[in-house]
Amino acid sequence: MPTFVYMTRCDGCGHCVDICPSDIMHIDKVTRRAYNIEPNMCWECYSCVKACPHDAIDVRGYADFAPLGHSVRVRRDEEKGVIAWRIKFRNGEKDMELLAPITTKPWGKHIPQLSDVPAPSKAMRDSQLLFNEPKYIRMDEGDLHTLESNGLVMKEGVYY
Amino acid sequence: MIASNPFAELAVVIPPTAMQAYVVLMFLLVVAGTILDMLHKKSAQYFFENARKARKNATRTLSTGEKSALALKTVAKEVLTSGEFANQKRRVSHLFTMYGFIIFVLTTAILIFAYPTLEDPAPTILPLLWHLGAAMLCLGGYWFWFRLRVDVASEGVKWYQLNGRGDLFIIGLLGMATFALLWSLTMGFGALNMPLFVLFVAFSTLLFGSVYWSKFAHMFFKPAAAFQKRVIKADGSRENMPAIYDLSDPEVQARFPDIPTYLGVKPPNMGLGIKREAPKHF
Repeated sequence: MPTFVYMTRCDGCGHCVDICPSDIMHIDKVTRRAYNIEPNMCWECYSCVKACPHDAIDVRGYADFAPLGHSVRVRRDEEKGVIAWRIKFRNGEKDMELLAPITTKPWGKHIPQLSDVPAPSKAMRDSQLLFNEPKYIRMDEGDLHTLESNGLVMKEGVYY
Repeated sequence: MIASNPFAELAVVIPPTAMQAYVVLMFLLVVAGTILDMLHKKSAQYFFENARKARKNATRTLSTGEKSALALKTVAKEVLTSGEFANQKRRVSHLFTMYGFIIFVLTTAILIFAYPTLEDPAPTILPLLWHLGAAMLCLGGYWFWFRLRVDVASEGVKWYQLNGRGDLFIIGLLGMATFALLWSLTMGFGALNMPLFVLFVAFSTLLFGSVYWSKFAHMFFKPAAAFQKRVIKADGSRENMPAIYDLSDPEVQARFPDIPTYLGVKPPNMGLGIKREAPKHF
């Protein structure tokens, strides 16, 4: 489902170019509007669609699972902290609107402040572990976690 | 110097009728270029098709009065104040360039048609406005050229690297305004003056003659696009976009119970999000 840009809406601001994880949203050198340089490489993450301040980017579904005539559009309102989706089926009758919170706290206020954390010691720098690694993978609570240490046994087949 | 009409002084060398014919020719070139551009890009066809699609999805029909109000709002925001730009620097630069261009072109036409010779002296305000228009055009245009062009601002392209058709319009504008100013300011300096005038005419011809290839025609279709954007919001078709909800509305909260659960009954403003930082990492 590659993205495409409505040229009459785009003002070439570059938010989509900045955010695209595949670096395939570019600014056209002649028209100075955004476009997807490599639709085959687009993995439909919708980042650019949500980032676009002009709602100028849409996603074109592949015909096998999203037949022509459908529409899936999204509006991310960051100031309100919500995301709204609208899904219209091909028959034109089923038209769903969804609204959900994306954050309950102001943007940028609760990012971990690494400068407040004590700098790593010489021993930590020389170790093979990454900064803060033991804390997050809990290696400090003993050895590596294994099936055995957790009282589990390997079973054959697929199970949950 | 900036208070005198440069075209009247030029009339000693070039007959005013030739200058008037040139202005008419440039006007015709713009009209022809715009029509060809519209036919080639099928932009008018696209707008009408888009409008028809929007009407099909509309939940209400707009009255003529409502449409006129939307047209007035479009003129007031998108046309007169370039309100469409999300980036404020680009907006200010565009305003300088746009008003500079309008003032410059209008005063040029008035000076050439109404006060062609030194016998009918133009009111001082007109040549002053002519110079001011050219200076504004230079200010907005060079700011764009050196700092704001995406290739320069974000892709490491040097300011002196031309980008063919992409730069045709801005080069036409800058060349015209720069050489107009230089020509007017060096009037009476002898040999230097005429080549500057030739460059002024050459860049003007490039600007008005290249409408088909450049982005000159954006001044005609951009307002149409902005108007359509307002219409689809007002008639409920919204190009299949979700509605813009008022989160404190009890009806919205009853329909989407997650909102009061996680954001409270009076959801606060969460701040700018991604817009806290201008896009500049590409």
